[in-house]
Amino acid sequence: MGRKAKFDDEKKVKKGPGRKARKQADPIFKKGLIEEDNDIKKLSHRQKQRAARRAKKKTELAEKRKLLKQAKKNVAKQKEVVHPDNSDDSSEDEEVQGFTDDNKEWLKPKQKGKSVQKEPETESDSGHEGSDAKGDSIDEDEIDKPGNEKYKLGTLDDLFKDSDEENGDVDSDDEATGSSNKLAYNSDSEEEKSDDDDDGDDDMLPIEKANLKLKKKQKLDKKLADEEMQLNIAKQDVFAFPSEEELQNPTSLQDVLQRIKDVVVVLSDFSSLKEDGRSRCEYTDLLLKDLCVYYSYNEFLMEVLMQIFPVQELMEFLEASEVARPVTIRTNSLKTRRRDLAQALINRGVNLDPVGKWSKVGLVVYSSTVPIGATPEYLAGHYILQGASSFLPVMALAPQENERILDMCAAPGGKASHIAAIMKNTGALFANDANKDRTKAIVGNFHRLGVVNAVICNYDGRQFPDVIKGFDRVLLDAPCTGTGVIAKDPSVKTTKDQKDIQRCFNLQRQLLLAAIDCCNAKSSTGGYIVYSTCSILPEENEWVVNYALKRRNVKLVPVGLDFGTEGFVKYRHHRFHPSLKLTRRFYPHTHNMDGFFVAKLKKFSNVIPEPVKDEDDEETENKEKDEQPKEKAEEQSKENADKKSEVEEPKKQKNIKSNPLKRPANSSETQLPKKKKKPRKQKTKK
Amino acid sequence: MKILSEQRTKILFEKLTKYIGVNVKLLIDRPDGTYCFREKKDRVYYISERLLRLAQTVKPDHLISAGTCFGKFTKTNKFRLHITALTYIAPYAPFKIWVKPSAEQQFLYGHHVIKSGLGRITENTPKYQGVVVNTMSDIPIGFGVAARTTAECRHADPLATIAFHQADIGEYIRSEDTLT
Repeated sequence: MGRKAKFDDEKKVKKGPGRKARKQADPIFKKGLIEEDNDIKKLSHRQKQRAARRAKKKTELAEKRKLLKQAKKNVAKQKEVVHPDNSDDSSEDEEVQGFTDDNKEWLKPKQKGKSVQKEPETESDSGHEGSDAKGDSIDEDEIDKPGNEKYKLGTLDDLFKDSDEENGDVDSDDEATGSSNKLAYNSDSEEEKSDDDDDGDDDMLPIEKANLKLKKKQKLDKKLADEEMQLNIAKQDVFAFPSEEELQNPTSLQDVLQRIKDVVVVLSDFSSLKEDGRSRCEYTDLLLKDLCVYYSYNEFLMEVLMQIFPVQELMEFLEASEVARPVTIRTNSLKTRRRDLAQALINRGVNLDPVGKWSKVGLVVYSSTVPIGATPEYLAGHYILQGASSFLPVMALAPQENERILDMCAAPGGKASHIAAIMKNTGALFANDANKDRTKAIVGNFHRLGVVNAVICNYDGRQFPDVIKGFDRVLLDAPCTGTGVIAKDPSVKTTKDQKDIQRCFNLQRQLLLAAIDCCNAKSSTGGYIVYSTCSILPEENEWVVNYALKRRNVKLVPVGLDFGTEGFVKYRHHRFHPSLKLTRRFYPHTHNMDGFFVAKLKKFSNVIPEPVKDEDDEETENKEKDEQPKEKAEEQSKENADKKSEVEEPKKQKNIKSNPLKRPANSSETQLPKKKKKPRKQKTKK
Repeated sequence: MKILSEQRTKILFEKLTKYIGVNVKLLIDRPDGTYCFREKKDRVYYISERLLRLAQTVKPDHLISAGTCFGKFTKTNKFRLHITALTYIAPYAPFKIWVKPSAEQQFLYGHHVIKSGLGRITENTPKYQGVVVNTMSDIPIGFGVAARTTAECRHADPLATIAFHQADIGEYIRSEDTLT
């Protein structure tokens, strides 16, 4: 949403350089330098003719020179070298002809290995002969590395093919078709290749051969260089685990960042990159500490985040949490239309765009010359500043006209006014908030936006079922730790700890149960509850919903948003109800909106089932104890809770499988209601 | 939420008539159900009967607002219209003033409308008539009282006040706390 996407295809921004922009021409390489010339153009008839003439001329010239040289050489050789068998013949021949077929025979023993490049017959070969000494050394390399030869053959083959066509005289089975040819080269034995090469070599100019050789050599060099480079990289990449001293002494942030990056790399391919004798734990601990230092989180929160995200994603999340999300506004459809509003704001010098295909009322503000929260349009209630993520729960709730809807934690009234706008000011909207000061914001916003069907009240959400029930839909945007909106409120990084989270999800659970109780399952149009938080911790989201699934006659339904990631079904030792897949999570790094969680529940019966004692209960009770200032006891009880939950896991799953209407009766049933009520009473006193 | 006393009802309707004239009865006789005025802590709310019944389930201590707040009775038992009533006043008001874009901000900060900022004015506006102030693009931004008749406006000094400021939508920001 934040990025400037193409929302309207009609308006196409011109791309590329301007009319007068000068452009440097593409570099021109010599033909021989470009290696990937697999598809060499066929030469035209004239070109062929010219090439043939040129070749002829060249060979003639070279021949003459060679003859001269050879004559000299042979004279020298005759004197020096005395070969056992052929010496007589060759010497005679050479004296007469210089370099002939017989000569070739004489040369053979020396060249046996050099299958590819040796030229058996023609006079044109003589040109090559001069550089024999040099060629030998290269050829020896080739013999050592047949594999190297193989992949060069593709190009060689092409060359041969072309030249064959040119002359039209060579006709071997191998060269029937180009493709089959290549395959044959790649797969078949050496001998075959050598045959082909012999055929091909007939038509090659000496300079071409030299070129081929040179290319081979270059490739070999490159290959070696690459290997060496890779070795170097591998050596460098082995991240040296910092010593105790290094850890003790604080380093610069740059170093910490580098270390974070290194550790992330190591963790991504742990088995091959780890230092011997180091466990994964050590690396993750180091990463945890470094991340805490670099992003200034407290260790607890970072640890929790590391449990939620894989390392790579965690880094993205942390980075995304550093930058603010784009400013979004919601058009008040009670007073204006998005197009009119956009036009009015553009006239005031605001640069904006629709928020995305998924919303018809959202606008993203990129830049503005006027304060966006004080334009006459704003004051006249044509729009409200609202994060894009705040649209989601209301869209999930999908209010209908003439319904009775409750927003339990409404302040400052952004989502509630959205509901009213969708209902078109019909029906009844109850906007509740526990904080009396904040309800003033609801009043202001509602009047400004022209919401007239609302009752604004100030209750603790947990008591709301005692006030009024029978709502068609209930929205619970529960108070949370705000781990999804770290960009908005960075104090979250350092202030939250286990206790805060416990307090939060405990409250959230009670609120969600209250919200479910407020809802009327028999409503003809509704019976839906939407639970949302701006936190990304599963403790405050999936776990709370899971808790409610067990205690009330509700089921999860799809939220009706076509994006977002699925909710967790497994988280650490927790195994949630499989239908929690239907919930949606939104992250700053993937969706460019605040971290958010949305779950939509459908109530199918107004009966409140008798509660079942399981690990959740015990944990909440423990938490109640925790809240009383007993620091030491708290830790113990936490541990106990963890143990218990582990033990009772299988039992929990059984519960899920069984019909939610009929809760398995426990022996402790009778005592439980009292126990359950206890905490609530305590809360109310507060 | 209690029913307004007869005296207060009279005061309220007198006040409303100043702004919307005979259209007051449109507020009472509505095709979409009956609407009524209710008083809570001297504040007057305009609310549909259906919503009122639901709102009565909420205890008075916990009820912050219901429907639309029109204004409040002062200690001297005069009625003062709040900007929140603009939603209902603006569409029914027969007399209007339009201000130039340059004068919008001035008015939104609580200043009177002066001749130089006057864009348009309804014909035959009498003196001291309640008027709704609009921007040139027909967005209502507040209301006030005409200081001069339309005829007088033509020959007025550029700095002469045309309409006295009573309420403007800038109050949503300036005095959010006192709206209710």
